[in-house]
Amino acid sequence: MVKMNLLQAINDALISMMTQDERVMVFGEDVGHFGGVFRATSNLQEKFGKARCFNTPLTEQGIIGFANGLASQGSIPVAEIQFGDYIFPAFDQIVNETSKFRYRSGGQFSCGTLTIRTPYGGGIAGGHYHSQSPEAFFAHIPGMKIVIPRNPFQAKGLLLASIKDDNPVLFMEPKRLYRASVGEVPEEDYELPLGKAEVTAKGSDITLLAWGAQMEIIEKAAEMAALDGISCELIDLRSILPWDAETVCESVMKTGRLLINHEAPLTGGFASEVAATVQENCFLHLESPIARVCGLDTPYPLSHEKEYMPDHLKTYEAIKRTVNF
Amino acid sequence: MKDRNHLSNVGLSHEVQIIKNGILDIPMLQLLQADGKPHDGAVLPSLDQETVQKIYDTMQYIRVLDERMIAAQRQGRISFYLACTGEEASTIGSAAALKPQDMIMSQYREQGALAYRGYSTEQFMNQMFSNELEPNKGRQMPIHYGAKELNFMTISSPLGTQIPQASGYAYGQKMAGEEAITICYFGEGAASEGDFHAGLNMAAVLNCPVVFFCRNNGYAISTPAEEQFAGDGIASRGLGYGVKTIRVDGNDVMAVYAATEQARKIALEENCPVLIEAMTYRLAAHSTSDDPTGYRSKDEEEKWRAKDPILRLEAWMEAKGWLDAEANKQYVEKTRQEVLQELKRVEQVPICVVDEIVEDVYDTPPWHLRKQLKDLKEHIAKYPEAYPKTSGRL
Repeated sequence: MVKMNLLQAINDALISMMTQDERVMVFGEDVGHFGGVFRATSNLQEKFGKARCFNTPLTEQGIIGFANGLASQGSIPVAEIQFGDYIFPAFDQIVNETSKFRYRSGGQFSCGTLTIRTPYGGGIAGGHYHSQSPEAFFAHIPGMKIVIPRNPFQAKGLLLASIKDDNPVLFMEPKRLYRASVGEVPEEDYELPLGKAEVTAKGSDITLLAWGAQMEIIEKAAEMAALDGISCELIDLRSILPWDAETVCESVMKTGRLLINHEAPLTGGFASEVAATVQENCFLHLESPIARVCGLDTPYPLSHEKEYMPDHLKTYEAIKRTVNF
Repeated sequence: MKDRNHLSNVGLSHEVQIIKNGILDIPMLQLLQADGKPHDGAVLPSLDQETVQKIYDTMQYIRVLDERMIAAQRQGRISFYLACTGEEASTIGSAAALKPQDMIMSQYREQGALAYRGYSTEQFMNQMFSNELEPNKGRQMPIHYGAKELNFMTISSPLGTQIPQASGYAYGQKMAGEEAITICYFGEGAASEGDFHAGLNMAAVLNCPVVFFCRNNGYAISTPAEEQFAGDGIASRGLGYGVKTIRVDGNDVMAVYAATEQARKIALEENCPVLIEAMTYRLAAHSTSDDPTGYRSKDEEEKWRAKDPILRLEAWMEAKGWLDAEANKQYVEKTRQEVLQELKRVEQVPICVVDEIVEDVYDTPPWHLRKQLKDLKEHIAKYPEAYPKTSGRL
């Protein structure tokens, strides 16, 4: 075990994959010699050469288009979009190409080897365009997998699994944890399952569901609630698509209550999908309405970042309201 | 770290100079005149009789196929078709200059290239009837062909998306050490999409062995080229991206072959992209859903009909003593019969079983797709008459 931050864990996974398989190629804006604006790709160009780790021109649609072609050829591209906020020029390539390649060709061609890495989320004073959490847009695309780690251990295991998985994966990295989250990470390779949530704390009164950096928030809220005698079960969803409804529903059937927390705006956020599925499967077990603690339905604000965020206090209040319904 | 100077190649001027379109004249390569006679001094590609015959036959084949399939669509037998009349030299001449290992990424009007690779009438029909024998499993509209064994990438409708993909595919071929390139076809309209600019720029910067082949056929559905761009066609853009560029007469199959052969050689040997702009004319409607009488004159079409690429090649073959008019007549007749026969036969082949609806979304269907399929099959079983194509095979 080695102590690493989340960036180092990602870098470690990339080094491992590039060492194992020369078809793995890492590219994006500034990822080459510079090692990426967050340094997730540090030293890759030095270790593996410019042909396998390289800068691209500043064109997100080009990066993903190029990556789609490369994947369909049989290479294993790991493409970086510098900020999740800038992924939208590539939306067409992802929605109409990456995710439909296999289906439309009857399995003759596919982009299964592609992994798209992108930092997302707020809490870093990034304003509108360096803070968004766009996972729900991509959750509406059959054929994609969406994976979000909550700490360095998860990041390495989930990224290795994502690169090896034979489906295109959007790997979203909670950027406010890049250096803030530090933990023990095995030096050797290991894979964590895609499409599988993890119960991180057992409880009996209410289920709290989140992913990525918001796991810290629900943990903090659960600690506050514990002082009031409320026992929270915590689940990290980890995969947004396909998502693990079984684990979530099992938990809700036990606790009878569910709170979902995400940074993205409330309306049309992934919590809506979870809530709909849970009420369908757990209707007779529910003791209170499903609570959603989310970002406001506004663009992500700069000066009001603190007010916008679904923080531990808003979560704590929602826990009490739900338990006392 | 090395010192860089991004001004090192920039010359100086001491008066205000406005650089205008037209300073750089990009000529169009033409080897055969309209009457099939080679221009004085024109060096024709060294093609043997067998290859020329194959090119000619494929052009005839495609014309017959287009004609029959438009008729089939009018009769309501298929939902959609898209002909390439007038552009046969562009697509078939270029495909002939490639090697079988080269990947073809097409837009959608390149059935000529596919036929040249050996796609059979039966395969064309299976695709257009979306049946269970079609490798794409009937999931896309007619004319969205794909054939892995022929290195022909499955077509998608969004315009221009294949352009940066071709750069990536070619990069992968280079990294794998293959003696192969990728050719990427698109129209002058699609070249307005952002993906065109992204794809060319990336190919140039990342040294991808890809040939970009623009069919400038004058129209994007109803929009004429003059309303599509103000610059000197598509060729001028290649130079802007540092891409070696050639403009060619797209109705002159010899010129198209020569240009593509050279472009392929450069792409492979120098590891770089080459842009070809083939100047041609879409004599066909955009598709069976389009009616060109609403936006262009019969006179204009007639002028281009006179430049029919098949007639030009035919005239050249005749002068060469390679044209066997009788054999050709028989070939056309045989092709007509074959198309009609296959059409009739393939029409009866069923579509895929409904289980295929959730296959190939992922490598294996996840829980939610399995559940949705189960629910769907129960529903179909309850109302079999409403879903006659699949209810008998649940």
